[in-house]
Amino acid sequence: MELRLSSEQEAMRKLVRDFAGRVIAPQAQSIDETDAFPRSIVKQMGELGLLGLPIPEEYGGVGADYVSYMLAIEEISYASAALGVILAVHTSVGTLPIYHFGTPEQRELYVPKLATGEWIGAFALTEPNAGSDAQSIQTRAVRDGDFYRLTGNKVFITNGGEADVYTVFAVTQPGMGAHGMSAFIVPKETKGFHVGKKERKMGLNGSSTAELIFDEAWVPVENRLGAEGEGFKIAMSQLDGGRIGIAAQALGIARAAFDAGKQYVAQRRQFGRPLADFQSIQITLADLAMQIEAAKLLTYRAATLRARNAPCTMEASMAKLFSTDTAMHVTTEAVQLFGGYGYTKDYPVERYMRDAKVTQIYEGTNQIQRIVIAKSLANKE
Amino acid sequence: MNIIVCIKQTFDTEAKISLENGAVKEDGVQFILNPYDEYAVEEALKIKEEQGGEVTVVTVGPARVEEAIRTALAMGADEAIHIEDEAAYGDEYTIAEVLAAAIRQKSYDLILAGNQAVDDGSGQVAVRLAQLLDIAHISTITKLEIHGTQVVAERDAEGDTEIAEASLPVLVTAQQGLNEPRYPSLIGIRKASKKPLTKLTLADLGLSADAVGRKVTPVEVFLPAAKGAGRILEGDTAMRVQELVRELRQTSKVL
Repeated sequence: MELRLSSEQEAMRKLVRDFAGRVIAPQAQSIDETDAFPRSIVKQMGELGLLGLPIPEEYGGVGADYVSYMLAIEEISYASAALGVILAVHTSVGTLPIYHFGTPEQRELYVPKLATGEWIGAFALTEPNAGSDAQSIQTRAVRDGDFYRLTGNKVFITNGGEADVYTVFAVTQPGMGAHGMSAFIVPKETKGFHVGKKERKMGLNGSSTAELIFDEAWVPVENRLGAEGEGFKIAMSQLDGGRIGIAAQALGIARAAFDAGKQYVAQRRQFGRPLADFQSIQITLADLAMQIEAAKLLTYRAATLRARNAPCTMEASMAKLFSTDTAMHVTTEAVQLFGGYGYTKDYPVERYMRDAKVTQIYEGTNQIQRIVIAKSLANKE
Repeated sequence: MNIIVCIKQTFDTEAKISLENGAVKEDGVQFILNPYDEYAVEEALKIKEEQGGEVTVVTVGPARVEEAIRTALAMGADEAIHIEDEAAYGDEYTIAEVLAAAIRQKSYDLILAGNQAVDDGSGQVAVRLAQLLDIAHISTITKLEIHGTQVVAERDAEGDTEIAEASLPVLVTAQQGLNEPRYPSLIGIRKASKKPLTKLTLADLGLSADAVGRKVTPVEVFLPAAKGAGRILEGDTAMRVQELVRELRQTSKVL
């Protein structure tokens, strides 16, 4: 078995790495400090083709495989985890469900504009009382002639308030649980749809996380994605891919923190020699490098399975869980390597540590990932 | 217009070079498309966009140079010729002979190349190629205009600008400042893997290894001596000037 990138994957990674280093990295600190959505960078990402990587060319995308898409998330997140999540959410859950489940008309209308970055996508499932327990959403969609009236609140919606198109989940048949849920494509200008409070977050500043309010929002029947009752299936269909994306984001953050720490200990002198000369520091670096390598292998392996449409639920959960825990550990250790300087905003490692935390929480908490892994193991018996 | 661009894959100019057995060690070194050749590719693409035509990139080298070819194709070149043959990796004479043989098989109006490669910096191959093809060349250009078959190019000349004219077919070599090379897009990379890439050997070109064997053999390859630490002069201005003059006279002997 050999894990090796194709020359095309390698070329794409190099291009994204160059772009991230040249365009994003110099602004990453100010994006974090101002918490302003980096619209001009998102626009440049669109021009490069980054916002439609796994979408076929005839729909305005690049037609790259899932591994290339994952590498792009990793490289962008290395420079800025905020842009990493904007990209991952826009693509994995903002665009792909419409591409996979849309009618020919819906695909034609939405996918090319999303894939080229003219529009930004978002995905609205989570509610105040329905996070990990997604089946218990309360937003209602009531059929009224050629329309549905959507009423309810969504929270923690990434790209909320910045996106042009939202894939929104609501209950069409109460009491039916997962089978009573339907998906809707909701353009931002929809009557009765408002963006509520924007969250002030510990990290990922610059990416928008907002509440969405549906107050009898009128959504035409032709905007329903899939059949009535198919909502939960649609929501779950992108989970594996989404989790691999977050594993890649966490990998990017971990690598950035490691590189910063490694560079710092080579320069910082105490007791007359560089920190890197102390064995305790060398052992820390060795452990972190090993964990990053393991996270990378799990993530790339899951992405390879996903790329060839093989079942990968357990592998995606393992990659997500391990890679995000690794990112938290590596970023915390990186701050430690920097000592007092690491705790200041003059160095990027405190940002990496704040950014890493959420990767253990969103796209399925790491507790949920363990449940998924355990269930997969039970099913295999 | 048929445009041919000669390219070379070189070490990344930011790469740390180390030697092994009298040659530059390739392990762990990043390779790039020679920056001067990037100007040449960009100029070819600009001409193609304005006047139409086909852009073919040609290179000589081992399998790894395919990455540089893909970069040029991703930027927008239409096709590529890769001469991959141990016997073709000689000196400037060899490369020029091999390129000439490959280019003679094509029809061309304009040939572009970088003024030099950033690795060995000899700047010989392109002008040798023009000589072998018996066409005019204008080297180290910073501006290029083509009207019909008339070519007008500008080049830096001792702090001033020299304007040179020629008729197609012509070979020009690109100097820094000619243009700002575009970055390939991701879709460009996707398209690049579907574009035609012809692999040739010396036999395909009707050349024998003996006929193109190198004329020059490197005797020794060595790294520049490590730079010593600087010295900060101390004392008042008069003292420092005196000390500086003394150093320049006695130690570095430049005065």
